[in-house]
Amino acid sequence: MNDNYNKIALKAININKYFLTSVKFHVLKDISFEIYKGEFMTLIGKSGCGKSTLLYTISTMDTNFEGELYINGADLTNKSKKQLASFRNSHIGFVFQFHYLLEEFSALKNVMLPALKLNKFPESEVEDRAYEKLKIMGMESHANKRANKLSGGEQQRIAIARALINEPSVILCDEPTGNLDRKNSEIVQGVFKDLAKKNGQTIISVTHDDDFAKGSDRILEMSDGRLI
Amino acid sequence: MNYKLILDIALTHIFSRPKQSIVATLGVTFGISMFITMIAFMTGVNNLLEDTMLASSSHIKIYNEITNPTSSILNEIKNENDTFIKVWHKKPKKEQSNLKNGFNIVKQLKANPEVYGTSPQLHAQVFYNYGPHLINGIIAGVDIAEEDKLFTLSEKIIAGNMNHVNSIQNAIIMGNGLAKKFDLNVGDNIQVKSIKGSTFLLKIVSIFQSGIAQIDNTRSYSTLQTTQKILGEDKTYITEINIKLNDVYKANALAPILEKRYGYRAEDWETANKSILESFVMRNFMTFVIVCTILVVAGFGIYNIMNMTIYEKMKEIAILNAIGLNGNDIKAIFLLQSFFIGFVGAITGLILGRFLSHLISLYKIDNSDYISMTYMPVNNDPMFYVYGLLFGVLTTILAGYMPARKAAKLDPIEIIRGQ
Repeated sequence: MNDNYNKIALKAININKYFLTSVKFHVLKDISFEIYKGEFMTLIGKSGCGKSTLLYTISTMDTNFEGELYINGADLTNKSKKQLASFRNSHIGFVFQFHYLLEEFSALKNVMLPALKLNKFPESEVEDRAYEKLKIMGMESHANKRANKLSGGEQQRIAIARALINEPSVILCDEPTGNLDRKNSEIVQGVFKDLAKKNGQTIISVTHDDDFAKGSDRILEMSDGRLI
Repeated sequence: MNYKLILDIALTHIFSRPKQSIVATLGVTFGISMFITMIAFMTGVNNLLEDTMLASSSHIKIYNEITNPTSSILNEIKNENDTFIKVWHKKPKKEQSNLKNGFNIVKQLKANPEVYGTSPQLHAQVFYNYGPHLINGIIAGVDIAEEDKLFTLSEKIIAGNMNHVNSIQNAIIMGNGLAKKFDLNVGDNIQVKSIKGSTFLLKIVSIFQSGIAQIDNTRSYSTLQTTQKILGEDKTYITEINIKLNDVYKANALAPILEKRYGYRAEDWETANKSILESFVMRNFMTFVIVCTILVVAGFGIYNIMNMTIYEKMKEIAILNAIGLNGNDIKAIFLLQSFFIGFVGAITGLILGRFLSHLISLYKIDNSDYISMTYMPVNNDPMFYVYGLLFGVLTTILAGYMPARKAAKLDPIEIIRGQ
């Protein structure tokens, strides 16, 4: 084992994935890469090149792929769905392209849910922490509104706050700034940079936003299912 | 598992979409209320018919069966296998149709602890004659007190006092239909001709209505003595002993014993009413089929509604799974949700069903010949409510569980990608 092993946050080896719709479609082709702790990486490429699929694959939410996947040294290739769920809960924060909040819950409750599931802190403390995360995203005044009463941009920021609540070591984002205006995009970019530098959290973000990508530590580009 | 979190999510799902929750609950409510209403009404009718039949028939009837011997005296003389014997126009020999020793049998039966009551009887075929009318009918000679004990004769009396039969000479209690035909009332006299030709003048002291037209149009009750007098028989002449037991289901075991002991035919009610009992079996089977149909239809309705409710929550399931809730958490959330909907739906269904069956029981049956059936019969057996509750809750849980289990098995991304 080399000395850098502990510093590697996420390691993918020879990942291949197929979509089995009408014909067998090779989406991800022999993808291998490593990401270090505290790195803010963006993943770019044309629509349909497979970058979102790659993100979902390394998120542990998709188990239907070939290859090996390690996060924080843990082999996630042959884990049960239950183990993966609890791994996601404590180690991975996820920001979806379309925010995906639970519409029936308040913004605050949405942010609190992953922490309530983790059950590490009492509810009152979880609430304080959730407020803190909302404050980072500038959303504390909307805390008690129901998620479906907020605008798309606001929901996106709540979703980012939710991804941060359990202080995950890896944060995966699919177009986190897609619904945000310039000013808010810059705020998010600043937040991600801070998280990477100060907390040593690893951030992998799929984006179409070139300015957002330029602000990251490393850019991976994908084309036709391969890293280039 | 964090139960508080799961309860919180389940309740939020229920209360944040009240319209949908109410529709799902109503699905259960209607299914269960239909079940309760139908089963209460159908078994109510069945029970009433069975009770009516049992009330008017004795459990065991002892009588002298007229036998028709097939062998003639020639068979006894020429008892050879190769001889063919045929006697033309053979007539049955004269047999007394009474029970010899009848009152002794009655006395012995009364000492039997299994016997609730015994009523000795004899029947006289007569012509009722009043003015121009001549109507064929029967006078049943009974021990009025025993008849009342066995067949609640007093409840069927609609005019007069039945006990006057014992205190007034040559008195009868006349069937309602018969009295109407003659336009007779309590206190009137009627002439009766026996089949032997003698004529008697009888006084109507009371009028009864059994509810069965065939009886009400032909029968009168009188004392044993009066009837014996009409038939011209002595004071020990009886043709029939009706017995009621404490346990009606011991009848078919006791009947053969009595038959052997006394040498007369002893027929239990199950044998006597075989065709009626078979119709009960068929009716019960029909009830069973109808109730099963209701349950299947209701169950399927509940299943559909729950399925829909959960498929609408597919995206939520994926999100919950993405943020770290595992399959068991998700199943627990939807089980809990289904349980609440099923429980509330079943309870309201039971209440609605009770109310509907009460409405049915208020429906008055006018001009009914059945005295005991003035309102629609309804059977509110508490077990029906237990079944209804169990069925409602279990079906709903099952209906909610199956799609939730399927969703929990999927990779969350498959649901999200499918949106």
